[in-house]
Amino acid sequence: MDSALIPEGVKRCPFPQFLTGLAVVGAVLAWGVFAMLLCWLKGLNQTNMNDSYGFALWIWADLAVIALGGGAFFSGFLKYIVGKDELKNIINFAVLIGFICYSSALLILAIDIGQPLRGWHIFWHANVHSMLTEVAFCLSCYFGVLTIEYIPLILENRQIDKIPFFHNLSHNMHEVMAVFAATGAFLSCFHQGSLGGVAGVLFGRPFAYREGLLVWPWTFFLFTWSAAAYGPCFTIFLTKLLEKITGKKLVKDNVIDLLAKISGWMICTYIIAKIIDTWYWASVTVHTRGQTLMDFYDDNLLYGLWILVAEIVVGGIFPALILLTKKGRSSESLLWTAVILACLGVCINRWVMVLQVMAVPVLPFEDWALYYPSWQEVATTILPVAYGVILVMISYRYLPIFPQERELNPVES
Amino acid sequence: MFPFISFEWMWDMGHIVFMGGLWYAVSILGIGMTYCIIKAALDTQKGDDGGHHH
Repeated sequence: MDSALIPEGVKRCPFPQFLTGLAVVGAVLAWGVFAMLLCWLKGLNQTNMNDSYGFALWIWADLAVIALGGGAFFSGFLKYIVGKDELKNIINFAVLIGFICYSSALLILAIDIGQPLRGWHIFWHANVHSMLTEVAFCLSCYFGVLTIEYIPLILENRQIDKIPFFHNLSHNMHEVMAVFAATGAFLSCFHQGSLGGVAGVLFGRPFAYREGLLVWPWTFFLFTWSAAAYGPCFTIFLTKLLEKITGKKLVKDNVIDLLAKISGWMICTYIIAKIIDTWYWASVTVHTRGQTLMDFYDDNLLYGLWILVAEIVVGGIFPALILLTKKGRSSESLLWTAVILACLGVCINRWVMVLQVMAVPVLPFEDWALYYPSWQEVATTILPVAYGVILVMISYRYLPIFPQERELNPVES
Repeated sequence: MFPFISFEWMWDMGHIVFMGGLWYAVSILGIGMTYCIIKAALDTQKGDDGGHHH
């Protein structure tokens, strides 16, 4: 039925099966949209946020998807600036994931601000002393970059490409893509960093507070570094997942191996920096504020010392060790383990830097402030996942996302 | 946001760095896209097919 739109030389599932898949994920999407409308129409009383939790599940989801979407800017940086040409075979998918992650982040922010009609105030009445203003600027501009990087992919659809103007536009955009990629890398460094900086400058909350360089706390650099390190793992994870679902090999092993190796080195260096940062914070920064390490790790279910071990050892050292070895990268099961642990590691890091910061008591008479999201918060957090699945389904079906697919899966005519 | 419209605007380092960075990035994206669109229109008019991608 839609065979004229499908790229030449590749096989896709029957149209009714595709529509059924869309309908199932669409139902989840509709549930999220319903919750989103409740938040917009009735207000933020639909959430469980309170005086202790101005930042909650949404902001964690925001920071997590932005970190996981870091694969787009770092792969672009590696391909267009460093010159790792092999990555051209995975860059389209990295861009798609980045586009989904950043549009999701903006959608979540649009719900979180409560009054989306006033969203433009952050630009018009910019508070130039706020790291969040920098985040808003860079996030919006970088989403523009990702849109520009995604447009040529859409224009390469079999039917659209037949129109000369769109064909030429797509060609010209490819020609100057290095300029857009460099701008994207510049913007990403700053907004990833500023998201970390927001936590690091909270001098009233010793759990988050860090010293730093000039106006930038160490968390600024750690957030940028971790996004560049862990983002490619998410790209590899989703590529492998899509290969499992479609039952096809979509990217050659040498491409995955290269990205995994670079990611492994990035995670290794990041985790060393993170350990030094944590050690200095625990032994110097915290003491100068009259507290000890264990003040921040009460033995409640959510925030025991286990979370620190899970973030640094399980989600950092383990994946780095696997990805640094040739044997680890070439073993299917070890590669799966490494990329899953890495994705969990960076998500735990963002959870800790958003939610544990809010949970830790800051005054001697306070208790731990625990928080459980409302169903509306959960539904609106799952909403971007459903949206992402739908966009991947449509893009994979109609656009040449994987340039090596045809060669790796020849269709018998 | 604009020096000639916003009543909050001040010619200080914060505004110059923040807003300068924003306008710098927006300009690169805007000029880049304008160049691509105009060149695509001219190429189409000339009958060039643009060649193969990548």
